[in-house]
Amino acid sequence: MIRHQGSQIYASILVNALYAMVNYPIMLVNTLLAPLSILAVVTFATHGTLLPVAAEGALIMSMVGSGTAMQGDLSHLKNDMRMQDMVVSSPTGPGIYITGMALSQIVYSFPTLVLLVIFNILFVHLTAIGALIVFTDMATIFTFAVSLGFFLSTLSTDIVQSWAFSGILSPILTTIPPVYYPISYIPMPYRYLAYISPTTYAAQIAQNQAGFTTLTLVQTAAYWSILLLITVVFGYIAIRRSRWRDI
Amino acid sequence: MQLEATSIFKTYEKRVPALVDISFHLDQKGIFSLIGENGAGKTTLVRILCTQLLPTSGSAMIDGLDVVLDAKQIRERIAAVPQEARAVPWMTPVQTITAYLMYRGYTHADAVQRAIDTIRKLGMEKIENQKNRKLSGGQKRKVLVATVLASEADIIFLDEPSTGLDYISRKELWGLFTSMKSERSIILTTHYLEEAEELATSIAILNKGKLVGFGSMEDLRKLSKYPYSIKVSSPNFEFDEDTGEAIHLPDGVTQIFTYESNVHKLVNNLISRGLRFSVQEISLNTIFENIIYGGSNR
Repeated sequence: MIRHQGSQIYASILVNALYAMVNYPIMLVNTLLAPLSILAVVTFATHGTLLPVAAEGALIMSMVGSGTAMQGDLSHLKNDMRMQDMVVSSPTGPGIYITGMALSQIVYSFPTLVLLVIFNILFVHLTAIGALIVFTDMATIFTFAVSLGFFLSTLSTDIVQSWAFSGILSPILTTIPPVYYPISYIPMPYRYLAYISPTTYAAQIAQNQAGFTTLTLVQTAAYWSILLLITVVFGYIAIRRSRWRDI
Repeated sequence: MQLEATSIFKTYEKRVPALVDISFHLDQKGIFSLIGENGAGKTTLVRILCTQLLPTSGSAMIDGLDVVLDAKQIRERIAAVPQEARAVPWMTPVQTITAYLMYRGYTHADAVQRAIDTIRKLGMEKIENQKNRKLSGGQKRKVLVATVLASEADIIFLDEPSTGLDYISRKELWGLFTSMKSERSIILTTHYLEEAEELATSIAILNKGKLVGFGSMEDLRKLSKYPYSIKVSSPNFEFDEDTGEAIHLPDGVTQIFTYESNVHKLVNNLISRGLRFSVQEISLNTIFENIIYGGSNR
């Protein structure tokens, strides 16, 4: 028979996003709530002055949250449902499965992303090239988050562990670092700590494009290099550690 | 299907030997059943055969394809329902089967059509759009078996599919397996011995990671000293000990193990005394107990 790789990718999107959205629409509130609540708090606390920065930050949080959420989903489907074992003993390979699962996270967050993109169009003024750079920035941070999520899924043996990882990652990567606010708001020497998180670099790149912060050419190149390097390293670790077939 | 296992060893990280020198050759369609106690190595062996787990050493070939080296080609032909697999609770049976078929490369339209056809063929149309979490344990298991049944795979692995189910649900599953076995090869692990005896064409008995019995029921009976069992409804039935061995069961029944040549003589004896009795070839249960626990009938 002719096997369609598109169908194999779409299967993960159905299982991990569309069927969940259709059968439990309440789950969509979950994806909306986290970025929008921080956006609201930052906007109210700053009397609206940081709304544009926070709108970009919410987009970053949504991308990171979508990517890291994959670790819980993979762990759930592998350890609790044993569904991944069924897929292993089928014509779907690991690359197709992970691609499908990663895309399912985007689809699952699609309503949130649409809303946040509208916010960004309304409150963040970008040139066409600036928009393209921010899009690439978001895609890179999503790839990092997916790699991190995939790596963590290889460590967790049950869903309770995955919940713990999610609880740790969200504040470390998106709430505490200067994603919703400019880095200049962090007093020295604590500002250096912010550079531990890859989301800081993604946020700085995005904020620079929107004019909320000014990076030199060298800084821009350095931030891109660091962001890409971290993404590649985590991607490599995830691929190295992942085992489609158990040993 | 030709299945050839050659000296398979599997040792897990903590140096626990799960499989020790497993070798056998199988060349047939139908149901091949792996039986053994919990921890005997059934799941480990099945997971190696269906390309989910690497052996520590040794090899296994399915129709000439190596399960380690040719896993990609093998996965085109196999489908597996693992032990402890669960139907995703918030999906419906149609969605469960559709998604699985799409993982096998069917288009969405084909997958949905095949899912509906399979569900109706199995008489499950009343539950086809209910969420899996609302189904009974037996129905959930049927949904999982239906996923592989709906596929084109000609070699099916089912790891303890009937564990925990009541007798009626088990019988329903047996019906499904029987309907599949004329067209496909099924590798079935179970610890319900009557399930293996009823369904399997060939049986492998594992004990503590070792293969201790292999073949058809006929072959396995040959491992026993006495191939026949006569149950007599009398607690004090006495007979000539040269004709076999007797045990007294708690329900007041005497069970006699004997040779084929003695069956006639014993039956005539029982008829002449007017006792109620039944004659059977010895069951897999007895063979299993003898092999595993070293009973006298060996």
